[in-house]
Amino acid sequence: MAKIDLLSSEVRAEIDKWIAKYPAEKKRSAVVGALTAVQDAHGGSLTPALMEAVAEYLDLPPIAVLEVASFYTLYDLKPVGQHKIYLCTNVSCMLCGSDQIAEHLKERLGIGFGETTADGKFTLKEVECLAACAGAPMMQVDKTYHENLTRERVDDILAEFD
Amino acid sequence: MTAIPTNQVCFRTLGHDAPSSLATYESLGGYQVWRRILKEKTPPEEIVEVLKLSMLRGRGGAGFPTGLKWSFVPRTSPGQKYVVCNSDESEPGTFKDRDIMRYNPHQMIEGMAIAGYVMGATVGYNYMRGEFIEPFESCERALKDARESGLLGDNILGSGIDFDMHNHLGAGAYICGEETALLESLEGKKGMPRFKPPFPANYGLYGRPTNVNNTESYASVPIILEKGGQWFLDLGKPNNGGMKIFSVSGHVNKPGNYEVPLGTPFKDLLAMAGGVRDGNRLKAVIPGGSSVPVLPADIILKTDMDYDSLDKAGSMLGAGSVIVMDETTCMVKVLARIAHFYFEESCGQCTPCREGTGWLSRVIHRIEAGEGKLEYLDLLGDVSNKIMGRTICALGDAAAMPVISFIKHFREEFAYHIEHKKCLVENRS
Ligand SMILES: Cc1cc2nc3c(=O)[nH]c(=O)nc-3n(C[C@H](O)[C@H](O)[C@H](O)COP(=O)(O)O)c2cc1C
Ligand code: FES
Repeated sequence: MAKIDLLSSEVRAEIDKWIAKYPAEKKRSAVVGALTAVQDAHGGSLTPALMEAVAEYLDLPPIAVLEVASFYTLYDLKPVGQHKIYLCTNVSCMLCGSDQIAEHLKERLGIGFGETTADGKFTLKEVECLAACAGAPMMQVDKTYHENLTRERVDDILAEFD
Repeated sequence: MTAIPTNQVCFRTLGHDAPSSLATYESLGGYQVWRRILKEKTPPEEIVEVLKLSMLRGRGGAGFPTGLKWSFVPRTSPGQKYVVCNSDESEPGTFKDRDIMRYNPHQMIEGMAIAGYVMGATVGYNYMRGEFIEPFESCERALKDARESGLLGDNILGSGIDFDMHNHLGAGAYICGEETALLESLEGKKGMPRFKPPFPANYGLYGRPTNVNNTESYASVPIILEKGGQWFLDLGKPNNGGMKIFSVSGHVNKPGNYEVPLGTPFKDLLAMAGGVRDGNRLKAVIPGGSSVPVLPADIILKTDMDYDSLDKAGSMLGAGSVIVMDETTCMVKVLARIAHFYFEESCGQCTPCREGTGWLSRVIHRIEAGEGKLEYLDLLGDVSNKIMGRTICALGDAAAMPVISFIKHFREEFAYHIEHKKCLVENRS
């Protein structure tokens, strides 16, 4: 089976939307959007086969895709939990108590930064400023920002995934 | 304190219903300038002159005059040219472009369209950081509405002028805010800064002449052309035209974005942000994002918020990202966090930055952990000075400036940390 067959028609349609934004001979510009679309459709991480599929689809050498996938922090090249929690601990969040939120999340989930819960539900990550410092401390869960966190707010947010 | 005027430039839709909608923007005069240009074919040089008069300076960090920048792109040279908007917004403490895109995306779009006209570019890209899903959706909606109203596309409103643009999402990397790294990233590559020269104006996206400006810079343009360069200049002060959005965060009662005249005294901005939390004393402020030099309370309290005043005070306006720290703040801990950030985000291309940022981070963490020695303080200064100015892009400087300034202004606190293996600040936050 060609690697390209790993891409569903929905994913191809999404990649095509990106391709359409760039000059016809500059399909490479779509690689970032393509990898995001593929990662989102495949459990939140990228496998070598998926990256090769993207390379085939965009007529790129596989290394060009791998290079991009390993450079940007929003791509995961190892399996992750169903949901990703990105906690900002940069200066403004730190000044407003992100240490306590980090402690609480680690305790609640029973994991450290960079780890996934045993039930495979959450992966916890420490991230840099997400440009929402007025709502510090804050975190992103999957694609959504949650601001002005307190321990109680964190509990409520986690409960939404029960 | 007399009331300080606010929200007259990029935030003019705030306080209105559906601030991000085309209808609201047009009801406030939006796209009038674009329509006039399309109809009258205003000479591009005239537009550049108005911008020069306005003294709009780049809002992305370096403060380069926008009018002057626009005159660099070889407008009449044949072939494709591009306008690119830098909405990467990754400098810690900065959160204004996100709000422009969420609450007034059309003004940025109109600014980009005008830039395209001035520079003879028919295509634009708005590069947003990968986490900006909500701003992306807001900008996609705005683009769709602008296209459907015939304000973008081919032969716009029968003018014979073409311009269209697209929203692009990155995937996480601070360095992509540096304009040449951004262009590499937009081309689908790793975000590694390019050597300059050649500058983007001559060799930019896909090797073509390209103008790169920050979101707030583009969004300031339409209203400058509507109300005049002098009007904008008079909003601020000589050499520092206009209002600027200050993103105020940290130990204040009302953190948020405040669009106020350049030259507003810091103490008035602080008052607008509700003052220091819990009635605490102000200790220090980073006035322009984590890469600019920190200023102790006594200096910043006497300083006005504009490019020249902050420069004179020993810091920089940067992106207008004001991080406020009260008396409970441990400066060693803050610097350790900042140093960690620049180490993490160095792209690794230049040795002084790749190795130097790691060095700085490790030494400061050692001090913070109570394993420091007094001679480290001079060593940190030496290493910083050896990074400054020796790298392809300014990330090296961005990593060095905080270190030099923290140790300069808070040397005693660092020394205390080293000698007592603990923090000078009790109950630190
Ligand atoms: C490491 C680094 C990060 C930067 N990040 C940003 C950013 O997030 N947003 C931005 O507009 N400019 C950023 N800049 C500045 C850009 O390189 C460029 O000067 C700016 O986009 C020009 O636009 P302006 O003239 O409108 O300010 C960064 C520069 C460096 C060296
Ligand atoms: S420091 Fe956390 S969002 Fe900016």
